[in-house]
Amino acid sequence: MGLLITVLEQGMIYGIMALGVYITYKILDFPDLTVDGSFPLGAAVTAIMITKGFSAVLTLPVSFLIGAVVGMLTGLIHVKLKVRDLLSGIIMMTALYTVNLRIAGRANLPFYKEETVFDNSLTQRIFQGNLSGWKTVIVMLLITVIVKILLDGFMQTGAGFLLRAVGDNASIVTAMGQDRGKIKILGLSIANGLVSLSGCLFAQQSRYFEISSGTGTVVIGLASVIIGTSIYEKMDHSGKMPKALYKVRFGVITTSVILGSVLYKGCVALAIQMGLKSTDLKLITAVLLLVILVFSMERKKVKKDA
Amino acid sequence: MLELSHIHKYYNPGSVNEMCLFQDFNMTIEEGEFVSVVGSNGSGKTSMLNLICGSIDADAGKIVVNGADITGKKEYLRHRNIGRVYQDPAAGTCPGMTVLENLSIADRKNLGYGLGRCVRKSRMNDYKEMLRGLDLGLEDKLETKVGSLSGGQRQVLALLMATMTPIDFLILDEHTAALDPRTAEIVMHLTEKIVREKKMTTIMVTHNLRYAVEYGDRLVMMHQGKIVLDKSGDEKKRIHTDEVMAIFNRISVECGN
Repeated sequence: MGLLITVLEQGMIYGIMALGVYITYKILDFPDLTVDGSFPLGAAVTAIMITKGFSAVLTLPVSFLIGAVVGMLTGLIHVKLKVRDLLSGIIMMTALYTVNLRIAGRANLPFYKEETVFDNSLTQRIFQGNLSGWKTVIVMLLITVIVKILLDGFMQTGAGFLLRAVGDNASIVTAMGQDRGKIKILGLSIANGLVSLSGCLFAQQSRYFEISSGTGTVVIGLASVIIGTSIYEKMDHSGKMPKALYKVRFGVITTSVILGSVLYKGCVALAIQMGLKSTDLKLITAVLLLVILVFSMERKKVKKDA
Repeated sequence: MLELSHIHKYYNPGSVNEMCLFQDFNMTIEEGEFVSVVGSNGSGKTSMLNLICGSIDADAGKIVVNGADITGKKEYLRHRNIGRVYQDPAAGTCPGMTVLENLSIADRKNLGYGLGRCVRKSRMNDYKEMLRGLDLGLEDKLETKVGSLSGGQRQVLALLMATMTPIDFLILDEHTAALDPRTAEIVMHLTEKIVREKKMTTIMVTHNLRYAVEYGDRLVMMHQGKIVLDKSGDEKKRIHTDEVMAIFNRISVECGN
């Protein structure tokens, strides 16, 4: 049971990050490595705010906004300075390492006693006895649903349509008299905002900030996105998806991506259960992505482009 | 009115592949005129369209639209008043989005793209009416992904999207070239209908000499960055496809093409 709870908790926390990676990797076709820096950024901001006595709820919007600013910078480097997408991300990722250390003040910042969004006087009152083990899962479910509804809603707006159009056929955006670059920057902002929010939640769940927690974030995100979109595409191609669902298919995709993240965390947990050590985690992460890539046929895209 | 004056355009300047395409190129298109442009490959037809749309910049010269100089204006800003349909039916639509979503994006061109819902339910019936008028069965496919439509259907949709909002110019860049003859005919008919109904100033580049002769009020033939034939009014009406073909062949042979 404990294992299931951990998988659900982490699956949903990383699911929010995966939504961000979905926007950059799938919609914008932008392999954004900023993610490895914006995830611990959210964690660092959260750790320092909570230890300084700010309300835990406040850390959520603040982390999102700071992440969005960082995403905007990646976008500006790419669009205005015309640096290649991969390099823009690498520059930001490297710079953020120092920024994150500066924000937290050190490489490791625990906060075991302070209240978090998961563990506070209110949740302690609501979830008592047997339920107390589930409080993080339930609060996380609530947050995930809110984030998902907001994102799905945004994707139905005019700006959201342009964002989807940029990935689908960028020349349409120009044809509609809109600046493609601005839309890319917007997409990167939202994506990194989500990733930073995910880092914020991760810090509150694990109750510490650790500088290396961001390493490999993008790999986890990609794996989740690929699992999620494979589920969606299977449904779409089999023709089994009801028409009513197709109308809100972006909502179906976001649900699939979050589900992909939970499944991915499940696989990792299983690997550890089978005797691998937690120090093997990054290797498991990498190998799992490789396995997923091979099975999802996502690699074909690489072949075609090459 | 569109005026291209003293346009110079070089490709690969400073390299061994340097090529001068336009040297003092001039052209004026009147308000409401439907111009067909023909010419061999590399004659500068598409480059001229790209100059007008801002996809490429001229090395010298001026582009003036209705008295306003747009030479330095950014491509996406120019497109606010321009509709363009490309040769590739995939270029003018979003394949992963539905017909309804595509139409909704195009419908918002003048309203802007804010945080309001992009698809407006109130416009649904108008879209259906518009699609029914095409007689292609698209009115029942509002919820269909555009990527799964046929090339002809996609091109018609692209044409609708380009002309949905008021524009100064409609630019047709060999927009029937990738279609089968029957579909091309349907798309051409529809183009004529839309252009006449909305009295749009239109520049159509085509390799189909018959279309160039049959449609439009003015026929322009380009060769090596120059206008070698320019017929309008009664002169245009009298001209015959065979005649144009003969001129076309003569010029091509002269330059060894």
